[in-house]
Amino acid sequence: MTVPADNTKPDPNFIGDLVSKLTSTISSIDMKDVIFPFVGIIVFLFIWSVASSRIDTSLGQFPGPAQVYEQSKSLVQEYKDEKVKEAAFYERQEKRNAKKLAKNPDATIKIRKYTGKETFLDQIITSLKTVLFGFLVASVIAIPLGIACGLSDAIYKAMNPLIQIFKPVSPLAWLPLITMVVSAVYVAEDPMFEKSFLNSGLTVALCCLWPTLINTAVGVANVDKDLINVSRVIQLPALTHVRKIILPASIPMIFTGLRLSLATGWMVLIAAEMLSQNPGLGKFVWDEFQNGSSNSLSRIMVAVIVIGLIGFALDRLILMAQKFVSWDKQAVLR
Amino acid sequence: MSNIFLEVSKVGIDFPTPTGPFTALKDVDIRIDEGEFVSIIGHSGCGKSTVLNIIAGLYQATYGGVILEGKEVNEPGPDRAVVFQSHALMPWLSVYENVALGVEQVFKGQKTKAEIKEWVEHNLSLVKMDHAMQRMPHEISGGMKQRVGIARCLAMQPKVMLMDEPFGALDALTRASLQDSVMEIQKELNTTVILITHDVDEAVLMSDKIVMMSNGPAAKVGELLEIDLERPRERVALSKSDQFNYYRQQVLSFLYEKKGVVNFTAAKQESEKHQKENSEVTEVTEKAS
Repeated sequence: MTVPADNTKPDPNFIGDLVSKLTSTISSIDMKDVIFPFVGIIVFLFIWSVASSRIDTSLGQFPGPAQVYEQSKSLVQEYKDEKVKEAAFYERQEKRNAKKLAKNPDATIKIRKYTGKETFLDQIITSLKTVLFGFLVASVIAIPLGIACGLSDAIYKAMNPLIQIFKPVSPLAWLPLITMVVSAVYVAEDPMFEKSFLNSGLTVALCCLWPTLINTAVGVANVDKDLINVSRVIQLPALTHVRKIILPASIPMIFTGLRLSLATGWMVLIAAEMLSQNPGLGKFVWDEFQNGSSNSLSRIMVAVIVIGLIGFALDRLILMAQKFVSWDKQAVLR
Repeated sequence: MSNIFLEVSKVGIDFPTPTGPFTALKDVDIRIDEGEFVSIIGHSGCGKSTVLNIIAGLYQATYGGVILEGKEVNEPGPDRAVVFQSHALMPWLSVYENVALGVEQVFKGQKTKAEIKEWVEHNLSLVKMDHAMQRMPHEISGGMKQRVGIARCLAMQPKVMLMDEPFGALDALTRASLQDSVMEIQKELNTTVILITHDVDEAVLMSDKIVMMSNGPAAKVGELLEIDLERPRERVALSKSDQFNYYRQQVLSFLYEKKGVVNFTAAKQESEKHQKENSEVTEVTEKAS
């Protein structure tokens, strides 16, 4: 007796393959790596929702996970609406200009930029650009200076008091000074950066300097003496010595510094944006607080979580860069 | 003066400490001929590595100086290349690159790229490491790392090869095969070698001359021992040789019986005198009471 072939059913071998592939992928992941973080998050959400239902503020009940989720959706929706509005604006403008040109081919037409309100997603982009700018400026200064401090005891002794004094200074103390200096010094006809962008960026840079500087100096100073002696015996010129011996040897410490710097920079940026009303996530938080609607707290909570997630992502990014740059592929990075 | 190849002349060194300068070496005199294999042996902490570092130019002597082929040594250089105990390979460079690092610098403008490559490969094949040129240092064993360290040193064509306890961190079997390799290479190239060691067998087996250092502080050369054994030397045959054992016994006696003291009999008399004085003092105090 033959079984009639059923064409609608996929090949049973194919399903078998897929299942075995899936199970092997799943079994290759350590379940502890999945379950424990998951449990941690669930417990946190539970405590949060129970606690928030008991806190009443003047702006209503403190938002629980559900309200925050709702607001995150509405923030995305606002962004989409704004995009639609923007598209419509440009369409109208184009039509108007086309009409003008049809009437009079010599007419000068103006193209105006759309100036709608900045949505949450725009603020995120602004903040990211600012923090990366500040971080890059700081790294470009801190790494060479750190190497110099690590190589030369004299330079280290000269720099150390300055480092120790300026390291603990809060970014907010710098902010007014930077604002005044930028507005006085940075006067260009066609500025490449917004002044507010420079203010926040330079504040971030000033606070990003120290961890990278200190870690680089320590890393360079602690390079294995035998490796340095090899370089002395070979008589490597100073620059080659730095490039071929010192830099590779201190890469791990430099990256530790960079990670600390970026984390500091990200925290500093939010505070700077709040205080100086420069566009970005900090401004979003402050605006929502001033707005004081019943949704404000939920919206701020969304911002808090997003700030955390971005900070985490930035750290992973540096870690990936370290894995890429470092010669020591065996090193356990955490 | 000018016909001595390498002279360590009245070298002394003081290290600053919180309680004032510490004199590690004093009046160290060593003369070495070209092509000679010299071991410096002594108890740990006696300053034998310091002597090597001064010859290498890594340390500056406080007193006296080192003269190589009529010129005073003031700074480190590839003509006095060092093999370090810790092998000191750059962990981020492959075996080939580690050797090439020195070659490219030392023969800059003298060798073409192809010649450099050939020279690096030649030196790695001397130490039997040409099969692992593209390996990274963490992928090879301790003995292999030290072979690469030796190749890096040889590739700089040093006038003197300075070896700072190069086999100290290796197991006995690996050490033996490396010792044989070094003796073979030294015979072939006729390199002058200074070997720092605390291993008596190693010193007797490998050297033409053994410099025995007294214990510090203010360590100096205690005794010199010329090893007049025919080369090539074969460890198993030598272990039965009376001459070999005589040399071995000489070194052991210096290190353990004389405790590295420079003049044993003088020191003995000195201590007896002290004891006598002490007993006289006690007698006096006893009488007084």
